[in-house]
Amino acid sequence: MKNENSRRSFIKNISLATFSALALSGCNTKAFDDFLQQNFKTLSKKEKDIIIKNLGIKYKEKYGKEFHISDKPAIDGTLFGYALDLSRCVGCRRCVYACVKENNQSREPQIHWIEVLQMEKERGIDFAHSTAQYNPEKVPEKGYFYVPVQCQQCKNPPCVKVCPVKATWQEPDGITVIDYNWCIGCRYCMAACPYGARHFNWGEPDVPVEELNTEVHYLGNRPRMKGVVEKCTFCIQRTREGKYPACVEICPVGARKFGNLLDPDSEIRYILENKRVLILKQELNTQPKFYYFFGI
Amino acid sequence: MKDNFYENIKVSVILTSLYLVLLSGCKNKESDTIELNKVNTENEVSIGTAQTNDYAVEAPPFSDGIFPCTDCHKNLIPNPVKRVLVDWHDDISAMFNHDSENRWCLDCHDLKNRDSLRLASGKLLDFKESYKLCGQCHGEKYRDWKVGVHGQRTGEWNGKKEYLLCVNCHNPHSPKFRELTPEAPPIMQEDIK
Repeated sequence: MKNENSRRSFIKNISLATFSALALSGCNTKAFDDFLQQNFKTLSKKEKDIIIKNLGIKYKEKYGKEFHISDKPAIDGTLFGYALDLSRCVGCRRCVYACVKENNQSREPQIHWIEVLQMEKERGIDFAHSTAQYNPEKVPEKGYFYVPVQCQQCKNPPCVKVCPVKATWQEPDGITVIDYNWCIGCRYCMAACPYGARHFNWGEPDVPVEELNTEVHYLGNRPRMKGVVEKCTFCIQRTREGKYPACVEICPVGARKFGNLLDPDSEIRYILENKRVLILKQELNTQPKFYYFFGI
Repeated sequence: MKDNFYENIKVSVILTSLYLVLLSGCKNKESDTIELNKVNTENEVSIGTAQTNDYAVEAPPFSDGIFPCTDCHKNLIPNPVKRVLVDWHDDISAMFNHDSENRWCLDCHDLKNRDSLRLASGKLLDFKESYKLCGQCHGEKYRDWKVGVHGQRTGEWNGKKEYLLCVNCHNPHSPKFRELTPEAPPIMQEDIK
């Protein structure tokens, strides 16, 4: 009897405390809406529109810039694939910084979705003896080759399997995306990814306002917040509009190729059918849609 | 009499409609074949036999004031003897590294029509179509380039691709890719504050 009494009073007190805390904190309704926002996958078109409109207002307040936020779904009959020519890549890292700019990655603390690994030709593909820190006057260096690594857009993605809240999933066009609002920052996906392709916002992301890309996708390059995971989305904001990813366009040696795996006339299918192709860590059965090939 | 009249009209209407159907059928067939022909010619174009420029390419990257060549060459007597150039184009002679043992200017440039390139067959070629000249020897690269696999890629993955000429990236006189200065490496783990 005494026990029951104390539990009841505990619940009463805690709810009172919560409400008064909420009231006292001056928590506006928008923040409250944010807090109660459901997983993006479960939202109706109308709810999405409201959320995106409010997000636009929020960005305008924060950055003083008009954002164009898209939530364009996958185009029917597309499955994106990527190919990278290892015989051409010179390791110049143009792709790394084009990606940073296009996708509003934090400059400080630094986040790079693409990591270019330098490997010894003697050893072949050997992650244990590779480095991303190479910094000579000129590239390519004699005796080395370069393997840029980014999200491999696995057909069987381990990162999606481990997410305890389903904040990350694979879209019908094969792009694995993250709902940053639903991500709880547990970083299980980072531990699960065998390619080191996922990155965590340990601090408040810092992007110079003048360098912000205002053409954004809700599931892609919109400005992120502290405490969420992010990664390459094949430039979802570009590719769903028919454009090539930023890294493809910038590559000065033309090593990067992109296209629709379901289209037999696409560049990517030509590569798969005519070139010697490999995938990274094949033995893990992640089934990447990111292929490396030898064009020469 | 009246009945007969209607009967006649009926028959003629049926006949006309039959005729129309037949006619339209024929027309369809005809337009089909035209369509087919069109596709065929388009295919031929993409194989690269047509005279016109088959690919929407960037303009050739001429250095300032170098083109048209006839500006200078019209007053010169052509000399077909293979030699190392010393007075003019000595910069090209100095850098020339494109099977330099066996080749020289007039293997690709025409002796008489200086503003044209020249295929091995003797056929003249506009500078805008220089990829055909390169394709004579580098057939597999040409094949890859045509489908959009060799070369820097811009445009649309599901629409119009934008093509660069071979010479937009490779110097035709010294085609080996030059070395590049790499961008900054990522921050070392121990430097993260």
